[in-house]
Amino acid sequence: MPETINTGDTAWTLMAAALVMFMTIGLGVFYAGLVRAKNSLNTFMMCVAALAVVTVSWALIGYSLAFGDGSGFVGNFDYVALKDVGFEPYGEQTVPHVVFFAFQATFCILTAALVSGAVVERMRFLPYLGFIALWSILVYPIMAHWVFGGGFLAENGTLDFAGGVPVEMGSGFTALAAALVVGRRMDYGRRAHLLPHSTPLVLLGAGILWFGWFGFNGGSGIGTNQNGVLAFVNTLLTPAVCLLTWFALDLIRGRKVTAVGAATAIIVGCVGITPAGGFVSPGWAMALGVIVAIPSYLLIVWRPRTRVDETLDVLAAHGISGFVGILFIGFVAQADWNGISDGLLYGESALLGDQALAALVAPLYAFGATFVLLKLMSLAFRLRVTEHEEAIGLDVTQHGEEAYVTGEGAILIEPGEADHRGQEVVAGATA
Amino acid sequence: MKLVIGIVRPEKTNDVLEALYRAEVRGLSISRVQGHGGELEPVQTYRGTTVQMALSDKVRFDIAVSDEFVQPTIDALCSGAQTGEVGDGKIFVVPLERAIRIRTGEKDHGAVTPVGA
Repeated sequence: MPETINTGDTAWTLMAAALVMFMTIGLGVFYAGLVRAKNSLNTFMMCVAALAVVTVSWALIGYSLAFGDGSGFVGNFDYVALKDVGFEPYGEQTVPHVVFFAFQATFCILTAALVSGAVVERMRFLPYLGFIALWSILVYPIMAHWVFGGGFLAENGTLDFAGGVPVEMGSGFTALAAALVVGRRMDYGRRAHLLPHSTPLVLLGAGILWFGWFGFNGGSGIGTNQNGVLAFVNTLLTPAVCLLTWFALDLIRGRKVTAVGAATAIIVGCVGITPAGGFVSPGWAMALGVIVAIPSYLLIVWRPRTRVDETLDVLAAHGISGFVGILFIGFVAQADWNGISDGLLYGESALLGDQALAALVAPLYAFGATFVLLKLMSLAFRLRVTEHEEAIGLDVTQHGEEAYVTGEGAILIEPGEADHRGQEVVAGATA
Repeated sequence: MKLVIGIVRPEKTNDVLEALYRAEVRGLSISRVQGHGGELEPVQTYRGTTVQMALSDKVRFDIAVSDEFVQPTIDALCSGAQTGEVGDGKIFVVPLERAIRIRTGEKDHGAVTPVGA
């Protein structure tokens, strides 16, 4: 190992990468619980698919576009297929470059999986795979370059600790565009808003996400430095306060504290502290828990009354909370805690402008680029299943499996018969 | 007084409920059942095991109605559940000897007529 490598930093970054990788599975559990039983496997598989597709696209090209030197807008092709990504650290870091690559890969995977929440219960599986492959090359790495890879926002002084720009606003506004292009479910508005088939799964998934978020935020210092450990602690504080705030909002609105609401609050809190984690004091992190809850709560209540079927509210949970978190830094960042800059309340007004710029360009790019990408894809492919397949459910029609098989009446088919019977898969599914 | 039993595709359940509501048929029970009616059997694969699902999921409606409601109930079940493919289900109409509303002890016609109708 090169002498600049710090073993403690490396150990923690390796662990953090594993934690973030597990968030994608946690997200699968969360999303699967939120949809109807007949679509739960397909929904889970959309997250699992991100682990397959995006890991490859990130290794081949995405990482280079995000972290190659390049221009202020996008990286270059220096690291294509991990060329020159070895043990020598990236920039000033103290961990091997290849470890940093893996850690960042888990972010892109999770962000692509997040987007699936906007199109569940209706999008065909193969076009979805194509979409996340292209999206993880054309959209995410560019936004990651802006804040993490020395792009124009980083040059400008915008602070984004763990990905308020590429991950949270990136996924949220991408989700809105995807929901608009793919279109609403056929029974949306009449019967289907949100019909969670397993609320315990929803809570378990949210719990896994919160657990993983300690790696997501805590690991984003790329080591056990002050910013990293501060973000780790703040990842405990903000979601807890957000959860409590959500209880209060639920009580005011419906006189009952809801479980799906609690799961949502955990995520909103984690998202809010994502950009701010390493830059604000623990006290302000707790205040953020209150502030971040309110706009997301209002959007979640209002959105189902519109005609936009952004099914699992990725915009409200991620886009808006990320937006709030990014702006929040501009007000309450403290150089005493982060060692970089003060916010408006501590006498510096410049930072707020830099944060506002990020909060403006990130939604515009994520929405615009995704909208164009999916529109172009829709010219070449049918993005949605047929109405009939949508009625039967995507588990059977896309995967030929069910989440909850009873087993009665199942007849084993010998291997030799499989090809012959395979034809009936299609017939059976549409009969 | 008849008991109308309708066995329909699960994915058409909501359409049937809507059609019954339009026909002003209010009292009903549903249950999830599995059965076979000659349709092609879907094949599912779990790891190397390929199985043919000989029983399909269906939803069963049990609707007790007075005589004048028998035909509207049948029409609603047909219009809501029909796709034209094998596997749309069946309707059975059987005579009903007695019906009693537990809350009030009302019998027969009174018991199968919804409150307020």
